[in-house]
Amino acid sequence: MLEITHLSKTYGSGDRATRAVGDVNLTVGEGELLVVVGPSGCGKTTLLKCIGGLLRPTSGDVKLNGKRVSGPPEEMALVFQDYSRSLMPWTSVRNNVLLPLRHKKLSRTDRTRLVEDSVEAVGLTRFVDHYPWQLSGGMQQRVAIARALAYQPSILLMDEPFASVDAQTRGDLEDLVLRVRDEFGITILFVTHDIDESVYLSDRIVVLTHAPTVVKEVVGVELPSPRDQIATKELSEFASQRAYVYRLIKHDTTAPDPSTLVDAGLHE
Amino acid sequence: MSARSWRLVKIGAEILVPVAILLAWQLWTASAHQPRFPRLSTILVQFREMWLFSQFGEHVVPSLVRILAGFAIGSLIGVALGIPLGLSTRARRAAMPHIEYWRAMPPPALLPISVILAHSIGDRQKIEFIAFFCIFPVLLNTIAGIRAIDPTLVDTARSYGIPRHERVRRIVLPAAFPQIMAGLRVSLALAVIMMVLTEYFSSTNGVGYVLLISKNTFQLVPMWAAIVLIGVIGYLINFVFLLVERRVLAWHRGWRAALPD
Repeated sequence: MLEITHLSKTYGSGDRATRAVGDVNLTVGEGELLVVVGPSGCGKTTLLKCIGGLLRPTSGDVKLNGKRVSGPPEEMALVFQDYSRSLMPWTSVRNNVLLPLRHKKLSRTDRTRLVEDSVEAVGLTRFVDHYPWQLSGGMQQRVAIARALAYQPSILLMDEPFASVDAQTRGDLEDLVLRVRDEFGITILFVTHDIDESVYLSDRIVVLTHAPTVVKEVVGVELPSPRDQIATKELSEFASQRAYVYRLIKHDTTAPDPSTLVDAGLHE
Repeated sequence: MSARSWRLVKIGAEILVPVAILLAWQLWTASAHQPRFPRLSTILVQFREMWLFSQFGEHVVPSLVRILAGFAIGSLIGVALGIPLGLSTRARRAAMPHIEYWRAMPPPALLPISVILAHSIGDRQKIEFIAFFCIFPVLLNTIAGIRAIDPTLVDTARSYGIPRHERVRRIVLPAAFPQIMAGLRVSLALAVIMMVLTEYFSSTNGVGYVLLISKNTFQLVPMWAAIVLIGVIGYLINFVFLLVERRVLAWHRGWRAALPD
């Protein structure tokens, strides 16, 4: 359903040009949970912003259901890493979730129902009238996920969404993503630098190289569903998959270009 | 000392220090017999007679109307201009020199032209004059507030395809609001100054006018009473503004307190 062909992105021009994304080809199938993993500062966020229509790629194409993406498509929702900055601090959880629905052609009751359902799906019904900053980091990211769900996208893009929460919360949120994907039948493109997370969540892993990034390898993950934080991670297949991906990233022979340092700054 | 009693001491000091100063002034003026410095008690009696009863409607009300109308109009224009200038680098580049020029203009320099342009020394001229100078603090703070909006928030709004006018209403203005309030507060103080200035320059009523007339006729007690009143107006207006700000920016205090450093 999502097709990325020969996508590249260069910031600036002339001597100061920084090539963040080299030449990326990948496809995401309907209902798939595809995890993109790569070394820190390899251009993952840039790639995701191009896919989400927030950045115009220097060359190449992003096609969603056969239609070329030229701006943020309606079937797509994005969850950013920095939950505290993507939520509006001046208004309640309810209004934050409601934000992307206000301009959609929906009846008032539909809107209310969507907000309530998606807040319930992330387990925050009790906190719907709180301000986001009254909640913990993990809960704030749940709000951001609820907002994305309320928008009813067919594909969800997640940019290192759990990079700034603690390990236990992270496990809970990973399970939330898996559950939500089954419940809502959403396709998910998940970007992370955490190898465990990539193996645990995915149907397929796309391993990227250093910037200017290209796809190094696509790894199929054959772990039984439903996944479980303890049982799945105990499996020897989990360990071997993890080791395999780790080696791919660690022994990345494409030398890190000095310009990656500049690119890393883009993630701040 | 416990937190509670420390609090009491602080509140006590807040009340007692001004009272002590006023008392000292009263004692000094009573003993010095200086006509230029009438007794505080004499000023206060005059104050009550002039402002609380006979001349309240004639002089105080017009001054207040001018302050508030000028402030309201100037602030609205400031925000309305600040939105496009905050959002567009190109527009900002074109407009900034003009803004800096007029902002640097000392207000009294524009008083004569203000009277000539308005063809009057009535309410209209005064409100226009006050409004003009109230624009700048609000305008500059609106621009700064909009420019400081977190790009993640803007990206979020864009990715959800939120139309431009909705983005301005739901994201841009609320996000810039704390800074806009800072501008409003400066403008409100300016409005009081401009009120006195325009009325002192040319007027037929108002507190500034009373100040001028009593000075010109060497009526020092009414003059002092006018000075006291102007101070009181400025103080009360700021006080009310802070009360409003506390309410509407309650989220901002909570949010900042919750930020990790």
